[in-house]
Amino acid sequence: MIRIFSILAGLFFAGALAWSLLWDTIGFAQEGLPKTVEKAFYEHPKELHLASDGWFGKFDKKQVKRGFEVYQQVCASCHSLKHVSFRDLAALEYSEAEIKELAAAATVNAPDPLTGEMKDRPGLPADHFPPVVYAGQGHPPDLSLLAKARHDGAAYTYSLLTGYQAQPAELLKQFPDAKTPEGLHYNPYFPNLNLAMPAPLTSDGQVTYSDGTNATIDQMAKDVSAFLVWTAEPKLDKRHQVGFWWLGFLIYATILGYLAYRNVWAGKKH
Amino acid sequence: MSFPWAKQYTPKHPFMVWMDEKLPLPRLVYSAVGGGYEVPRNINYFWNFGFLAGFCLVIQIVTGVILAMHYGGNTQVAFDSTEHIMRDVNYGWMLRYGHANGASAFFVIVYLHIFRGFYFGSYKAPREMIWLLGVVIFLLMMATAFMGYVLPWGQMSYWGAQVITGLFSAIPMVGEPIREWLLGGFAPDNAALNRFFSLHFLLPFVILGVVILHIWALHIPGSSNPTGVEVKSESDTLPFYPYFIAKDGWTIGLFLIIYSLFVFFMPNALGHPDNYIPANPLQTPAHIVPEWYFWPFYAILRSFTQDWLFIIPAKLMGVLAMFSAILVWFFLPWLDKSPVRSGNYRPLYRKFFWVLVLDVLVLGYCGGMPAEQPYVLVAQIASIYYFLHFLVIVPIVSSIERPEPLPYSITEAVLGSDKAAAPGDKA
Repeated sequence: MIRIFSILAGLFFAGALAWSLLWDTIGFAQEGLPKTVEKAFYEHPKELHLASDGWFGKFDKKQVKRGFEVYQQVCASCHSLKHVSFRDLAALEYSEAEIKELAAAATVNAPDPLTGEMKDRPGLPADHFPPVVYAGQGHPPDLSLLAKARHDGAAYTYSLLTGYQAQPAELLKQFPDAKTPEGLHYNPYFPNLNLAMPAPLTSDGQVTYSDGTNATIDQMAKDVSAFLVWTAEPKLDKRHQVGFWWLGFLIYATILGYLAYRNVWAGKKH
Repeated sequence: MSFPWAKQYTPKHPFMVWMDEKLPLPRLVYSAVGGGYEVPRNINYFWNFGFLAGFCLVIQIVTGVILAMHYGGNTQVAFDSTEHIMRDVNYGWMLRYGHANGASAFFVIVYLHIFRGFYFGSYKAPREMIWLLGVVIFLLMMATAFMGYVLPWGQMSYWGAQVITGLFSAIPMVGEPIREWLLGGFAPDNAALNRFFSLHFLLPFVILGVVILHIWALHIPGSSNPTGVEVKSESDTLPFYPYFIAKDGWTIGLFLIIYSLFVFFMPNALGHPDNYIPANPLQTPAHIVPEWYFWPFYAILRSFTQDWLFIIPAKLMGVLAMFSAILVWFFLPWLDKSPVRSGNYRPLYRKFFWVLVLDVLVLGYCGGMPAEQPYVLVAQIASIYYFLHFLVIVPIVSSIERPEPLPYSITEAVLGSDKAAAPGDKA
């Protein structure tokens, strides 16, 4: 009896699915695969290799520091970095005095310890990077987590920063309605192809590196991408290091465990 | 359960004798997971996943309780407190990555455990109750995992909560009020986040309770085995301690190696990048997808695109089907009438089993892809097979199939005849 009910239930679900399948197949036969301008012209990020890649990756601190300089001199005018504290910069080999100086240059809105009222004061090393007041349209995203908030984050940032170009004529021929709207900028590495941010890195030498590296656009884009990997995952070095030793221990313990198992089972058929 | 030859706990130390009289907890442990539990000697490595699943539950509870000490269940602070754990809490990154990947590991193990049950007929009499409790555990795991994913309050958290609670609104008449009642509002917000946090903390302990029942029910008939032939004599079994402790034990090492590769070297490989963007109710992500372990069921949900015969709403059918996809497992012990348990001796069932494995993998792949062609068409075909498999094929196959001859006993399968006990079994 239960099996008759079950077969009926099975046919009920299969029937409802077949109904959807039928109409969708008709629709598919008429329309074919979906064709959108994003599918046709979106480009996957370019290859980018950073020192922090891979299982044994470690940050190239000099590069990350250069990336911070790019952030400071270019990105910081619009984008905040709210999950990072000034004291975190110690990981980039900034001295305590330099960190205090960097923090003090920022204005932080915090409660006054005497009156409890919110007041502007110079930043302290324990403060996070303050919010960026942006008076334009929209709200530029915070950059702290960007490298983890996009597929293939570092390569994405690098490609985006170096990917601005004029809209290809081929695109307008195929999709006449897809002209980049006024105020937006075409970039094939951006998922919907047009973004509000104008190209931020426009000329070689735009940033002055403290270590004297030649600041080409490509160099700046790479460095700031490396920096954003660090802001998104400051504990990466530690994680790789701990993981390496832990895995070594595990392999050793597992071999011992396996030998113990063989020993216990010796002579027992199974 | 106790086979007559199972060893009994005999306390030696006077304190243990005294303890045994007052509270025979050591006796209970001895009979449950010690030298007093007799296990078929021929179980293969697929029988390790129950033990490993229990181990995963412990990882989740330990990491979860510590994470809860640092997390704030409020929409104002949830996202930032998660980042605080990652950056400022000592080894917080390890706890959080361990917990997030621990959920994935738990599901991998449990899926293997469930499919072991499908293949070897572990759900059949006299083990129906173990199976039913197992399905309850799986449902509780799904609820817990879903609510846990909401807690970081990223974009996928928010929109996942929106989609999943939206399923309830498919119920005619009362759907929308139910959804609002569950959320404590018209959309996911602080009320929803806070109650999800509370339930996410509670449910693992409910799971632990049902796991204890699951093991209790297991100890009534004892463990099944790859031949599906019941234990007949002492030579069929070996005590859990030391034999199966040793066998389960070393695979914990193996499990931890694979799990740690994810935690330490690719912690975000199984997650979605959008969940590192704070929740924004005004901006819908391009593709809303749940975590990978829900993909097969998500594909079934999305396969219903047309109102059936223009009457039954597609959304209602999708929700009904998605829940039924798991509910059918409850009926499996009574749908499969074949007296032979193990797929090793069921030539026809075995073929359909492997089709099901492939089918669920295809469903999973489609569920992770955007809801567009050709994925929807493929998912529809795979969903049809999924329901036909459990509701039509299994009952019919169990009636018409001619099973292969079974060994007389486990001992014969292991020691005697020239026929190997099982292809996956190391004789």
